[in-house]
Amino acid sequence: MIHFVLLVSRQGKVRLTKWYSPYTQKERSKVIRELSGVILNRGPKLCNFVEWRGYKVVYKRYASLYFCMCIDQEDNELEVLEIIHHYVEILDRYFGSVCELDLIFNFHKAYYILDELLIAGELQESSKKTVARIISAQDQLVEAAKEEAGSISNIIAQATK
Amino acid sequence: MNPFSSGTRLRDMIRSIRACKTAAEERAVVRKECADIRASINENDPHDRHRNLAKLMFIHMLGYPTHFGQMECLKLIASPGFPEKRIGYLGLMLLLDERQEVLMLVTNSLKQDLNHTNQYVVGLALCALGNICSAEMARDLAPEVERLIQFRDPNIRKKAALCSTRIVRKVPDLAENFVNAAASLLKEKHHGVLITGVQLCYELCTINDEALEYFRKKCTEGLIKTLRDITNSAYQPEYDVAGITDPFLHIRLLRLLRVIGHGDADASDLMTDILAQVATKTESNKNAGNAVLYECVETIMAIEDTSSLRVLAINILGRFLSNRDNNIRYVALNMLMKAIAFDDQAVQRHRVTILECVKDPDASIRKRALELVSLLVNENNVKQLTKELIDYLEISDEDFKEDLSAKICFIVEKFSPEKIWYIDQMLKVLSEAGKFVKDDVWHALIVVISNASELHGYTVRALYKAVIYSEQETLVRVAIWCIGEYGDLLVNNVGMLGNEDPMTVTECDAVDVIEDAITRHSSDMTTKAMALIALLKLSSRFPSISERIKDIIVKQKGSLLLEMQQRAIEFNSIVDRHKNIRSSLVERMPVLDEATFNVRRAGSFPASASTMAKPSVSLPNGVEKPAAPPLVDLLDMDSDDIMSAPSSSGADFLQDLLGVVDLGSSSAQSGATQAPKAGTDLLLDILSIGTPSPAQNSTSSIDLLSTADVNKNPSNVLDAISSPAPPHIATTASAGMFDLLDGLSPSPSKEATNGPAYPPIVAYESSSLKIEFSFSKAPGKPQTTNVQATFINLSPNIFTDFIFQAAVPKFLQLHLDPASGNTLPASGNITQSLRVNNSQHGKKSLVMRMRVGYKLNGKDVLEEGQINNFPRGL
Repeated sequence: MIHFVLLVSRQGKVRLTKWYSPYTQKERSKVIRELSGVILNRGPKLCNFVEWRGYKVVYKRYASLYFCMCIDQEDNELEVLEIIHHYVEILDRYFGSVCELDLIFNFHKAYYILDELLIAGELQESSKKTVARIISAQDQLVEAAKEEAGSISNIIAQATK
Repeated sequence: MNPFSSGTRLRDMIRSIRACKTAAEERAVVRKECADIRASINENDPHDRHRNLAKLMFIHMLGYPTHFGQMECLKLIASPGFPEKRIGYLGLMLLLDERQEVLMLVTNSLKQDLNHTNQYVVGLALCALGNICSAEMARDLAPEVERLIQFRDPNIRKKAALCSTRIVRKVPDLAENFVNAAASLLKEKHHGVLITGVQLCYELCTINDEALEYFRKKCTEGLIKTLRDITNSAYQPEYDVAGITDPFLHIRLLRLLRVIGHGDADASDLMTDILAQVATKTESNKNAGNAVLYECVETIMAIEDTSSLRVLAINILGRFLSNRDNNIRYVALNMLMKAIAFDDQAVQRHRVTILECVKDPDASIRKRALELVSLLVNENNVKQLTKELIDYLEISDEDFKEDLSAKICFIVEKFSPEKIWYIDQMLKVLSEAGKFVKDDVWHALIVVISNASELHGYTVRALYKAVIYSEQETLVRVAIWCIGEYGDLLVNNVGMLGNEDPMTVTECDAVDVIEDAITRHSSDMTTKAMALIALLKLSSRFPSISERIKDIIVKQKGSLLLEMQQRAIEFNSIVDRHKNIRSSLVERMPVLDEATFNVRRAGSFPASASTMAKPSVSLPNGVEKPAAPPLVDLLDMDSDDIMSAPSSSGADFLQDLLGVVDLGSSSAQSGATQAPKAGTDLLLDILSIGTPSPAQNSTSSIDLLSTADVNKNPSNVLDAISSPAPPHIATTASAGMFDLLDGLSPSPSKEATNGPAYPPIVAYESSSLKIEFSFSKAPGKPQTTNVQATFINLSPNIFTDFIFQAAVPKFLQLHLDPASGNTLPASGNITQSLRVNNSQHGKKSLVMRMRVGYKLNGKDVLEEGQINNFPRGL
């Protein structure tokens, strides 16, 4: 299973963290510090796997961002690389050629998409189209709720004039 | 957004945080935002909640504390609207984890949302439950989730399936409830549902044997058909990854087939065809294809024997290994480790390539390859492989040398065909990477050298040559030990082997090496101490230059290290004044017993485990009983009152005596440092008084000193000496010796005169174990109580690995001495002495918590208790 997902920038800034196994706050920051130290310092042509505390961390760099996933020893590292790529492609479709800034200002969207992709550290959907469809359906629900709220507050505002 | 709300928008906050130039600035901005959010939380305005939580999540990601927002998550989740719930659940998963109590409060909301009419709300709840549920919540909500596996919408079904995997991981008992539902998912067409369904089945199979049996019977053929369908399916743009239809589904199906086929020949038989098809037809030019192949190979190797398939699998790995992509080579190495188990020959064929991987610039690959190489070694190829590895050791990265040298040492020790080869290889490793070599490794080397009597001359010459070119600490240590022992063989070229070039080493040259070591600033305490002992030995071996040696020893009288200083003075007096017994004092070490050393090394007892024991005093808790007699004898020769000491765990005392060389790290006030001082004083007395004691005994005692560092555990030395002492009965009381040497009151008879006597107590009693404490006080130290603990085995079974631990409140200081043993025979006993210093003497009496751990028939047993019944006034 995937124990956690980590997005770190070249500068070591955390852009997204998702924990599927229990780690305390303290452990989390320690893990992030340790791993970003190891991963950011690895050369460009090396393999995408790092052995770490009895686990394996699969990472891949996209532009300025490192996508990291921590898995068990016996898991399939090559598949996790595909999962990372799968996620990136979905982000790319959603934001329209995604960049780091998209993920900073719309970090919650990145989380929503991840939640449609992984649950309990396991993959839930292999179709990018399906994920995109579910996300946009939920976005529409939010928009509809906002509009409704807007119109109600207009009515209240008019009534109290 | 509410027009009346104050505070900044999320976007603005992120901007201002990003605009910060320094960490301090960022902290200030975050502090202000947090203050605003707290204020807003206190106003309890539902309109701001949404935004507050979003901000908090961002702040949380930056690593600031955000616990005060946890309740807001719960409020948002409980509110009726979808947008609030969406952000609420996100916050819940981000800010909380399963171990927080607050999480329990959300159980009810989750239950309601799982039954919500809006399927997206149900989806949110399932997702949150799947990501962070605790065992308790899993139990409470399992029926809801189970029902949702049959939900009409496939997107809910797949979420429910993964949620169930989490539930059965948390509460394995619930597994059987999910078996039927999981089996029904395997018939689905929707890939998402199928993937998650297969995952759930896999999870159930690993948890529950009945489930595995069930799926094996009912689903094997269906799974094979599904795998065949997607393998042969036409191009499907929605699921296509680099020409493979849904590699994720492929991989999960293969994984499930693996557990089904493992241990069942019939099921394995059924899947042979499809596995062969996947293995041969999958394109291997892209990562996705390789991922599927990799999984397929793993399945082939796990299922029951189908040798033709295995040939196919090994060939795929061979192809992987020669791939230019580092990732592929990495997984190939990983998999070859498993392949070794059933086809060693096939893996051996790739030995050259694997050795190349050990030299790869990539640390991950190097590490894997090194592991693999150490599995590949056997009696036939050990010489060649070791040579390759040692050659590489010379040029490898510094940070890889530790792993590499450890592995080489392991290989050399395990497979060495002959002693001379072993010694040669170890010398090379020590010269190249001596500072990375662990203590037990070079200790083992010395033991081997000591046993190879025909190689003494050769070894000491080789070491002499090596140490001239290399200053690696451990090499230097081994070299000075050998020169000290066999210096005469070095100078006289004794025991030349056929292929050896004769060399001329003068006595001065040999002493030079040792002088270098003792004066070098980088040498640590152990090395210097060993050098000093070597000098003492050489003073007798090389009488012609004993004046020079004496000068070097005398210089050490000014050493800042107390032990060195003291030893220098003692040795000087031996050299100076006791010429008549010197030669017998510094005779060559008796052969060290290999078997005992190996047993001890393999056992490597945990250090006397106690929170209070000084970490620097790394005495093994238990020492074998036979150690005691020769020591008692040794002490016996000089003074009668020591003889009359009721008992001694001689080994412990000796340990300290030997510990002299090891004291580099131990603090001066540590209780243990006193003991060796006393001990060595005693020894010095023995030596300088020069009583007509049997020479052999005194020789042993000096030899003990010289090997002090080599043999942290004295028992083997003592065994080796095999002193002709009659077997003493020295089983009880380890305390006696320490106290005696420390000038503290040793024997019960004296106790009475030293102030009020305290009645012994039964500190702890269970059905199998009884602990008794008896007390004594040193005169003039009312605060300090010496406690003699006796552990009595009440059961008919033997306890091994016995460890006593104790903890006391802050106003007490506790010092534990090593126990007299760590094995407690049926109705036998062992003792251990404790020293308690009561800083509130007269106001508070002693209390202690204690814990006892031991192995009973191989099982760990732990007993705990509190001791409150200490006599008053201690």
